[in-house]
Amino acid sequence: MIAYFLRRLISAIPTLLAIITIAFFMMRIAPGGPFDTERRLPPEVEANLEKAYHLNEPLVAQYWDYLGGILHGDFGPSFRYKDFTVTELIRAGFPVSLKLGLSAIVIALVLGIAFGTYAALRQNRLGDHAVMGLAVTGIAIPNYVVAPLLTLVLGIYLGWLPVGGWNDGAFRNMILPVATLALPLIAYVTRLTRGSMIEVLRANYIRTARAKGLPMRLIVWRHALPAAILPVITYLGPAAAAVLTGSLVVEQIFGLPGIGRYFIQGALNRDYTLVMGVVIFYASLIILLNLMVDLLYALLDPKVSYR
Amino acid sequence: MKNRWIRASFALLAGLAVMTVGMETASAADATTLHRGTSGEPGSIDPQRINGVWEQVVVLDLFLGLTTDDANGDPIPGLAKSWTVSPDKTRYTFKLRDDVKWTDGTPVTAEDAVFGLRRALDPATATPSASLLYVIKNGAAVNTGKMPVDKIGVSAPDSHTVVIDLTSPTPYFLALLTNPVTYPAPKHVIDKYGKDWIKPDHIVTDGAYKFVDWVPQGHITAEKNPGFYDAKNVHIPRVVYEFTEDRSTALRRFRAGEIDINNDVPVDQIPWLKANMPDALHLTPYLATYYYVFNMSKPPFNDKRVRLALSMLVERDVITDKIIRVGDIPAFGVVPPNTANYDGPAVKASFADMGMAERVKKARELLTEAGYGPGFPLHVTLRYNTSDNHKKIATAVAAMWKRAGVLTDLENADVAVHYAALREGDFEIARAGWVADYNDPQNFLALFQDKTATINYSRYNNPAFDKLMDAAANTADLKARSAILHKAEAMAIDDAPVLPIYFYVSKNLVSTRVKGWVDNAEDIHPTRYLSLQP
Repeated sequence: MIAYFLRRLISAIPTLLAIITIAFFMMRIAPGGPFDTERRLPPEVEANLEKAYHLNEPLVAQYWDYLGGILHGDFGPSFRYKDFTVTELIRAGFPVSLKLGLSAIVIALVLGIAFGTYAALRQNRLGDHAVMGLAVTGIAIPNYVVAPLLTLVLGIYLGWLPVGGWNDGAFRNMILPVATLALPLIAYVTRLTRGSMIEVLRANYIRTARAKGLPMRLIVWRHALPAAILPVITYLGPAAAAVLTGSLVVEQIFGLPGIGRYFIQGALNRDYTLVMGVVIFYASLIILLNLMVDLLYALLDPKVSYR
Repeated sequence: MKNRWIRASFALLAGLAVMTVGMETASAADATTLHRGTSGEPGSIDPQRINGVWEQVVVLDLFLGLTTDDANGDPIPGLAKSWTVSPDKTRYTFKLRDDVKWTDGTPVTAEDAVFGLRRALDPATATPSASLLYVIKNGAAVNTGKMPVDKIGVSAPDSHTVVIDLTSPTPYFLALLTNPVTYPAPKHVIDKYGKDWIKPDHIVTDGAYKFVDWVPQGHITAEKNPGFYDAKNVHIPRVVYEFTEDRSTALRRFRAGEIDINNDVPVDQIPWLKANMPDALHLTPYLATYYYVFNMSKPPFNDKRVRLALSMLVERDVITDKIIRVGDIPAFGVVPPNTANYDGPAVKASFADMGMAERVKKARELLTEAGYGPGFPLHVTLRYNTSDNHKKIATAVAAMWKRAGVLTDLENADVAVHYAALREGDFEIARAGWVADYNDPQNFLALFQDKTATINYSRYNNPAFDKLMDAAANTADLKARSAILHKAEAMAIDDAPVLPIYFYVSKNLVSTRVKGWVDNAEDIHPTRYLSLQP
């Protein structure tokens, strides 16, 4: 198991290197540069800026410099946010994105598994149809529609919740963004749980348990749920990715200081170092999460083992 | 068992709902904190390193120049309590106040003022707006590395006197000194920490407010500086600058009372705001021009008849009154109304007062003369940077050109790509905009004088025009200078290197609980003049 873990970690290095290289050169191929803005700078001033950021050196030399910097944990200064280094920006933004994302995933798991199990147990009855109808709606409505609707009703018409801002992660400020992020996830988890639960409930060992006269609660909790939950665990990898990409939209709409927004803003501003920093950070995170999901899978499913 | 599942889930939801409802309903609006939307996160708050209008909102509150802005955006004494100007208007001698201190208690001296200007022009600082200071003697030479920094025409004969020598009389110089790039810099702190002097642990300020914290992508907080020389007239104890990048979010937050001021408005909401919150909406003529440029290095746009015909066909008032509808002013020249040092009637294109039918007829004639007509229509490409408004305007303009048989392809790209294309000359007709760096017509007319295509995207090159601009630069008498600049603008407008569309209005949302707000053409509103009604 440990050998497997290490092997996976080592094999991540070439993947990361490829991502860094492709991202670095693609960023530079894109027309326009960090100083192409509405307010053009005179050439002599731009020359001073390019020198300050080493942009006047050959591209390949810049690439090696950049790789060297990464090895020392230095992602360089941001072009757009001149008073900060990229590391400082990610350090400031990540806790926000993490808090949002984790809350959304936890809520999605708890509610999704609960709803899914409920629907499975009432298969093809009113409760099932109601839950599944809601789930399909949840999947179908994109978060950039849900978010303004929620803020309009709960924030402006009713005045119950703040419509934006982070306020140091106050609970009130978290509710709407987390709800927006979690809704489609709840819907997915509900559907996944329902499907696999129905399948598991038909399995022979469940029938045996029933025949033994075990109470239904015990059967579901102890025997059915651990098996039914496996597809949900598999979904955690894509869910994490969905939360990351979803947070781009949610952070933008609610004006939250996470790192999701750096992706879009950084790319539009040609903030080379910031985009690279976020790309590397996200790539590492996704590689790590996928690895953890695989390991978790091995723990939960006796049929899977890694060597 | 099933019921327990349901009950548990619903209990959870109900709990969430109760917690939500139970909490205080209003937002954090109180009489001690002003929430100011800046419409974007500052790239920096280092006075010598900023480059955007939105950054000034913060920097003008934190730092103090030799001159500073009054509530109307006009220059008044700041660090300098008085000054004298030499008869030829090229030497300014400033006497400094002796009661201005950095927030660490160190007095702000003439050395700091000299150091600030040297730092701004030092190529190693890479100051984005350094070229504004090329009016200072040897400024350009120093900034391009041809001279050492101590050679700029700025000196401090004693710790309360600053002398600045200029290359030519510059009527807007006192106004220029309100621009943060010219501000004194804390030499004792920068010597110690270098570039990191701006980090929260090291920063010192000398303005009405002192820095408290900066949450990236969130806000900057500042508190009243008790050591500020005019602290008794600063009313608001605390300011939170919110980086309201998304205009719609900003409007929602404004409506919910979470933001007191925002310096931008979603344009499509303006009719609604006019109907529902007329007291909060401030639309004011602004020193900025929206225009299209013709690439004069590419045929057929080297032909004046073609440029003139295309310009004639554009019905400006339809764009301002029917399409954008925020009160922008139709433009037939490039220098906005209300520009300082520019008296006399506005310069307008020859066709400005013609009826539309006559303009279409005349445009058709011009195009026919230039060799276009039925069977051989003029086919142009119009580029704009991606934005709903630019798209609406471009579509309307294409329809207006169609009336004279001109076919238009529209092409859009994000800002960086768009401006790179403009600089490289990779366009036929393109959208551009210009916001004044300082309140003077020279700042707009320089668009046609530049020889590097940095801002002169049309590649307009007219020695007679340049001669007028040089003459104006060396004319100390404001009236005579204004007359020369009028002549220059008329010459450029007659040649039609650009197609002016409208002069912008500034768009501010100001809560009715904010007092002391004065609408002005420069859209400058330092917090020290504002107060909050409880």
